Amino acid sequence: MRPCGVFDKSYALDIAIIRTWQHWAILISALLVLYLFPLFGSYYLVSFINLLSISIIVVLGLQIVSGLCGQISFGQAAFMAVGAYTSSILTIRYGVSFWLALPLSGIMAGAVGIIGGAPSLRIKGMYLAMATIAIHFVVIWLILHMQITGSFKGLYPMPPTIGGFEFDSDERMFYIIVTVMIIMTYGARNLMRSKVGRAFVAIRDNDLAGEVMGVNLYYNKLLAFFISCFYAGVAGSLWAHLITVVNTEQFTLLHALEYVGMLIIGGMGSIPGVFFGVLFIRILNELVMFASPALAKAVPWLGSSPAASLGLIAFGLAMAVFLVFEPRGLAHRWEIFKSSYRLYPFAH
Amino acid sequence: MNHLNSEDEAVIRIQRLSLKFGGLQALSDVSVDIRSGKILAIIGPNGAGKTCFLNCINGFYHPYEGEILYRERDLTRLKPHQIASLGIARTFQNIELFSGLTALDNLMSARHIHMRRGALLGCLFFGPTRREEIAHRERVEEVIDLLEMASIRKKTVGSLPYGQRKKVDLARALCMDPSILLLDEPMAGMNVEEKEDMARFILDVYELKKIPIVLIEHDMDVVMDICQRIVVLDFGRKLAEGRPQEVKDNERVIRAYLGEE
Repeated sequence: MRPCGVFDKSYALDIAIIRTWQHWAILISALLVLYLFPLFGSYYLVSFINLLSISIIVVLGLQIVSGLCGQISFGQAAFMAVGAYTSSILTIRYGVSFWLALPLSGIMAGAVGIIGGAPSLRIKGMYLAMATIAIHFVVIWLILHMQITGSFKGLYPMPPTIGGFEFDSDERMFYIIVTVMIIMTYGARNLMRSKVGRAFVAIRDNDLAGEVMGVNLYYNKLLAFFISCFYAGVAGSLWAHLITVVNTEQFTLLHALEYVGMLIIGGMGSIPGVFFGVLFIRILNELVMFASPALAKAVPWLGSSPAASLGLIAFGLAMAVFLVFEPRGLAHRWEIFKSSYRLYPFAH
Repeated sequence: MNHLNSEDEAVIRIQRLSLKFGGLQALSDVSVDIRSGKILAIIGPNGAGKTCFLNCINGFYHPYEGEILYRERDLTRLKPHQIASLGIARTFQNIELFSGLTALDNLMSARHIHMRRGALLGCLFFGPTRREEIAHRERVEEVIDLLEMASIRKKTVGSLPYGQRKKVDLARALCMDPSILLLDEPMAGMNVEEKEDMARFILDVYELKKIPIVLIEHDMDVVMDICQRIVVLDFGRKLAEGRPQEVKDNERVIRAYLGEE
């Protein structure tokens, strides 16, 4: 809905996302603040934004395959692992530069994703979700049982360099991660409003009608999995070179569940929803980190285990609350807020 | 292409079509020609196999016998999306829209077969993809004007009333720029006024595009008014075929509808 008195005079303006000079001003100043942030922000906040950005890239991918195309995937952590290991192996063993390894790990994860997404050609819904859980364990098992991945010892990739400059701190990696995150967001938002995005939504909402419109179900489902896993792979590569330690403990089924949780809490099918969901869960996790020692101290007879599982309890509770009270997620709340703000003081 | 313009040319020849679900014979030995420049109605009692017949044409069902020839090409082994890209569009009895999208996006999705820019250019958007989007938007707006849908353009179709959704379904099929239009009960569940509107739209489309239209409909007044030919199905068999008046007077048709004495 447009604000009162705003009319689109051309189709180009109607499909534009950034429409007025105010939008441009907000966008550019927000980007400026973001890019200058490491100069004045604390180390804690900078590394928190790094973590947020990587999660955003992963969940953007999940948004494409689950939110748009409707194929629920619990394999996102495993595909991220494929990206992280590919990038580490390429840079350590074969001396490939990080800048080449980054897209290659996306493509590698995408290729594995096509294999992982193949069951979606036959099964839907819950059954597909089960199949992707199986794929998660197959991928992790393979990583643990291969020589080249360093088995359970993991790998130790180096920070990226460019002409002798090393991105060896969180503040320096910040620029790479945030830039990639912005590019990936731009791509996902545009994909959503193009032919391929509409084909994905057609498959999600009504696959029979989609076929009658000429949408090739097999091709588009596999394409959705490829793009989704490409996102996960790129995020995995960034993660590997940020942390410089890669092992399978970083990519458990719990992480995959957490990404699906971010998607649901943020809102399926919406790009701002990805940001809301990631922020919500990550901030919740940070709060729990502060709260659980306090809880252990305040109620000593509970022992240490309830305090340690407070994170899981909070996550589960948040999921349940959202599924019951706002299954369309925070993005839907945001849309309601926007339209009521535009209509104010009228009700509708 | 030229032969299509001459009237009475068979665009789709359906020969000896037979379809079976387990022990149930859904269609047996049905032969129908869909002729250019004609509105063909398919009528029959419930369960006569009318929708099965359309489902065979657009590839949901594969008959075990017979062939469906479209421009000398057999459609019976093709997938629905391949048949769609040949320009065969249809609507559904129970409205199968993309409920999460706006009416406009539903129509834009029907341009799928005509759009060329893939995922990578779609991500970049600016440049070729944007030009393509705008070009196809203009085509979609023509259909919106034709069917008088400007007021519901930006509404999510899940929130639209039944009659409007039926209209979006028809509009979406039209947006494919089809060479044949298959309509499965476009007027089911509508009041008289809405039926008249829909009949007017179908006639408008027919006058404007001069494409053959196949119509399944239960309302005999509508069928008699707007169709040039009628095929009657009963228990998967073709009972009669001909002009409305001939079919109306046909003994076997009357018996199928009203029963034996």
